[in-house]
Amino acid sequence: MTAHITRHHLRTAFVTKVQRLAGQNLMACYQCGKCSAGCPMASYMDILPNQIIRLAQLGFEEELLNSKAIWMCASCLACNTRCPKGVRIAEVIEALRQIELRARHEHLKVEDIPPEVLSKIPPIALISSLRKFTS
Amino acid sequence: MKLSYYPGCTMKNHARNFEESTLFSLQELGVEVEELKRWNCCGTVYSLSADEVMHQVAPVRNMIRAKEAGADQLMTACSMCYNTLKRANARARANPEQLSRMNAFMYDEPIDYQGDVEVVHALEVVRDQIGFDAVKKKVVKPLKGLKVACYYGCLLVRPREIAFDDSENPTVLEKLVAVLGGTPVEFSHKMECCGAYQTVDKPEIVADKTYQILTAAREQGANIVAVSCPLCAFNLDHRQEVTLQIHPDLHTMPIVYFSQLMAIALGGDESVLRLDLHHTPPGPLLTESGLL
Ligand code: SF4
Ligand code: SF4
Repeated sequence: MTAHITRHHLRTAFVTKVQRLAGQNLMACYQCGKCSAGCPMASYMDILPNQIIRLAQLGFEEELLNSKAIWMCASCLACNTRCPKGVRIAEVIEALRQIELRARHEHLKVEDIPPEVLSKIPPIALISSLRKFTS
Repeated sequence: MKLSYYPGCTMKNHARNFEESTLFSLQELGVEVEELKRWNCCGTVYSLSADEVMHQVAPVRNMIRAKEAGADQLMTACSMCYNTLKRANARARANPEQLSRMNAFMYDEPIDYQGDVEVVHALEVVRDQIGFDAVKKKVVKPLKGLKVACYYGCLLVRPREIAFDDSENPTVLEKLVAVLGGTPVEFSHKMECCGAYQTVDKPEIVADKTYQILTAAREQGANIVAVSCPLCAFNLDHRQEVTLQIHPDLHTMPIVYFSQLMAIALGGDESVLRLDLHHTPPGPLLTESGLL
């Protein structure tokens, strides 16, 4: 993607919030791309995990919060396990989801799940999905 | 040996095959298992947010239940329960201030939690407390004919600080399969995520993952896949139905819990295997291999 970095983007309040929620120092990332290389969901993402970190460093709030990628992440922690800088990418993505969910922007509505799906899926699937995708 | 046991929600319905075979195997191995009274759902996923204390209360409350039962170890067999309980416990131990907030919230509990319960996985109990040598002596029906792809999924050995085996190339399941007389295959996709909770609203993604994982297993010589997580089991087994619609060249393959393999080898009959709960039936392969 092409990104224009302006002073308007470097909004520190958003960056601070992401870092606080994730408990991570975003600036530790040196863009090696290892997180994206091993991400099982990368091919379904509009922005890749390493790009998520870069955009978060630079305060690209709308781009991140409106991305599909933050909802594609399966929290598998492969990225965290492999990052040579110890960045916990999954925590950063969780922080972005939390910013949306805490503003009551639900990704999933229970009433939209068809009854035939609800009757088949095990509780472990339903509860984890609701924990990740609803407030 | 007596152990406090936390089943978790899915073991009590969709994964009865997991629970029955685990309890049977542990009994055969001389472990007395006592289910916690009044256990509650762990929340299934560990809350990753740094400021999130509230969601740690549910898993930590189960530690109080364990203390009430006089236990200092709490065993579970489900990978997701294990991950959530173990991580919440580690967080409570490492952050006395957060733990005291949790205890204050749980003011109606008879005791405060002090951080003194150890969360252990059933596989860890088998490997470290019972020992593979002792298991080997109890095998009455070696798993001849089973070429097993051991699939760990994500939550059994990640992150590193709660893992009881290597986070990138764990081998505990392969070692167990070998002890039980089966043949573990080298499996490239043993740590490749099945799509996890995406199965609810994006089953087509899980179908791609299941296709990739099972195709790799087959190409690498496996005729069965062993798992330790009811969500992996659902995605790799029950999602074979939608996988076949999207990828018609999928070769379906039976998916079993590691505990079912143990139960077979230790002489368990069909009542503890609960093969009726599977989508792709393991019966034909097991019968062909003389194991049923
Ligand atoms: S692996 Fe770590 S350092 Fe490399 S791009 Fe990803 S977050 Fe940055
Ligand atoms: S935790 Fe999310 S971003 Fe990281 S590898 Fe897994 S799916 Fe990709």
